[in-house]
Amino acid sequence: MKKSTTWQLVAIVLIALAALFVDLNIEHPDWAKNLIFWQPAAHRDIALHLGLDLQGGLQVLLAADVPEGQELDAAAMETARRVVENRVNSLGLTEPVVQAQGEHRIIVELPGIENPEQAVETIKGTALLEFVDAGNIPLPPGTVITTTLGGPQATLPETEVTPTTSLSPTAELEPAAPGETTGETTGKLTYETILTGAGLKNVGLDRTQQGEYVILFELNPDAAQTFAEYTGSHVGQYLCIVLDKTIISCPVINSAIPGGQGRIEGNFTFDSARQLALQLRYGALPVPLRVESFNRIGATLGAESVQQSTRAGAIGLITILIFMLIYYRLPGALADIALIIYVLINFALYKLAPITLTLPGIAGFILSAGMAVDANILIFERMKEELRRGRGLMTAIEIGFSRAWPSIRDGQLSTLIICAILFFFGTNFGASIVKGFAITLAIGTVVNLFTAVFATRVFVHQIAASAGQWVSERKWLLGV
Amino acid sequence: MFNIVEKRHWYFLFSAILIALSIAAMIFSTVQFGQPMRIGIDFTGGSIFALKFDQAVSEEDIRTVFADYGLESAIVQQLGTPEQHAWQVRTREVTANEVGSLLVTLEERVGKIDRDALTFDTVEPAVGGEVARAAGLAILVAALVIVAFMWFSFRRVPNAFRYGVCTIVGMAHNLLIAFGFYALMGILAGWEVDALFLTAILTVIGFSVQDVIVVFDRIRENIPRHKKEPYEMVVNRSILETIHRSLATQLNAMFVMVAIILFGGTTIKPFIATMLVGMVSETYSAIFIAVPLLVAWEKAATRRAVARATA
Repeated sequence: MKKSTTWQLVAIVLIALAALFVDLNIEHPDWAKNLIFWQPAAHRDIALHLGLDLQGGLQVLLAADVPEGQELDAAAMETARRVVENRVNSLGLTEPVVQAQGEHRIIVELPGIENPEQAVETIKGTALLEFVDAGNIPLPPGTVITTTLGGPQATLPETEVTPTTSLSPTAELEPAAPGETTGETTGKLTYETILTGAGLKNVGLDRTQQGEYVILFELNPDAAQTFAEYTGSHVGQYLCIVLDKTIISCPVINSAIPGGQGRIEGNFTFDSARQLALQLRYGALPVPLRVESFNRIGATLGAESVQQSTRAGAIGLITILIFMLIYYRLPGALADIALIIYVLINFALYKLAPITLTLPGIAGFILSAGMAVDANILIFERMKEELRRGRGLMTAIEIGFSRAWPSIRDGQLSTLIICAILFFFGTNFGASIVKGFAITLAIGTVVNLFTAVFATRVFVHQIAASAGQWVSERKWLLGV
Repeated sequence: MFNIVEKRHWYFLFSAILIALSIAAMIFSTVQFGQPMRIGIDFTGGSIFALKFDQAVSEEDIRTVFADYGLESAIVQQLGTPEQHAWQVRTREVTANEVGSLLVTLEERVGKIDRDALTFDTVEPAVGGEVARAAGLAILVAALVIVAFMWFSFRRVPNAFRYGVCTIVGMAHNLLIAFGFYALMGILAGWEVDALFLTAILTVIGFSVQDVIVVFDRIRENIPRHKKEPYEMVVNRSILETIHRSLATQLNAMFVMVAIILFGGTTIKPFIATMLVGMVSETYSAIFIAVPLLVAWEKAATRRAVARATA
């Protein structure tokens, strides 16, 4: 027995055991989770992720609503995506998805959402830009505040009773460190809105002689008047720029700003300055978005689909296992072991990558399992042929593997080409179902090379080396 | 030795009949629905609702509510058995803002809707058109890339060009039959072309070369081995040597696809069924169309060469 095959066999067994460990539906220990270094450290997880069509929920495809032919700014699109993501996160769902699709689309997936109309409103709603009086204490970016404009009704009387002065935060309300307050409402305090985005006439970007980026803005005449009065009386205090009640930045008022032209300084990089300028100019969404399609799947329907496809997959796989065993006997049994390892590895990869499983994704996987034995069939048919021609077992095995290889390779390559085209199409049109099918089929095709070609070969060699004589005398075992 | 290639005219005839039937189904569908296959909202735009009520409701009530929202042309159909109180409604697109109030009105005037089972889908007409164009392009690109790949794989074989053309013919054969099948199911069962249908078609294109590759590979291997045999015999031998594998592979693929069709969810049934038809057609066309065509071509070329020599 060759030493290398023994080691290869050990490696295959270890990989299969590792895959089995990942597949088990148990709470995996932390050290195992930490091995998945490619997942973000905050939520490393060994779990199957089910797509919307399997767990129910709402999918909304948004597209940039720009006239045909107009250039679409990639940075603006990314900002829009982030704004949508922030709004979606405010809905408090588990695992929502907000992804760019191609150049001008954003796909939003909201699992298990009850109220689709509200979700669409939340995503699409026009954002509100406000300049807010923060008094003497700057608020960290990301803080969610209540303002006098359009806030909860209950706070309104309070503001009427106590005008401007009392609205400034008092000393006892220390702004907490940015990390702590991000996303949380600071107390019950209501800040006064000085101006809204409606007052902006123009926004631009400039660079000072020191090389710092600043944002220039110009106000409408009415707004300019208000602004001049306010800044004149609040020099040294902070004026916060607030988007959708979330602090974007809190510049200090250096001097009175008459004439409606001013600039915002801050430690801006080119990108951060540009992003803020975009947000000021267009409101929260730097690109107007249109709902192109939306799709809701009922949770019960999803659960049914999971159940049905699991059953269909199990029946299909068992039929294949039995067929291979009956038709190819001993080599068939080895191919069956390889097929079981194939299933284990695939599921482990779905959990580790992680791949979100959709209904067509499962279909792609089941189909790939059906095609996975093709490589074995090619090899075994060739082996049988050579045995019938009177060749020895070892020679027949060698010829079987080497001659079947070109056909296996060409077939696999053509499948991968189609998967790439499907993936491209699915990505650009938010057809995540098409993408799901392409991904599982492609992964299956690659894993298949390992199990059906490499692993089976090692198995066959091991048997031939240790019991070759015995097997050769019992030709029925080889199905000849 | 059993001679498959010799009887090629019968297979060509059989396929011609199948293709004629496919085209007939598409023509019939065009007459009835205005399209060779019924096109779903993924490509045309529009809305589709699956509503499950918790009591018996009348079709008329549902229709009236939709009509009140300006959707007079809504098509209302019962799904499953009457006891399930499940209905499907197709309309032109309902905007995201309208959906909420539409559902509330339905609950007020028709009956309580099971929200857990509620499914709806809306696509803007403009997007549908764009997706349809991209889909056509995807099919074209896929076919071209696969054929180019075949030509590349067999570039060292004499007359590699012919292998490529025969592959295209086989592929076109499979696609026509898959289209025809879908058109027929559109007429009989209301199946509509959606993104999954496109996926099935692209997969059929990808698998269109699987069996052809194996037989061609064997021909490539057998030509130097059996130099004394006429080309026709070499091809026939190659088919016979590989037919076990083609059938065994086809059977396994069929096992899983039939399992999904019988036991899997209804939503992917048309998808898998199309793929199954395409793949059965693929195995058939590889053995009985693409490869015999290679022989017919060779014979015609020889005849021409002989005619030229004697002239």
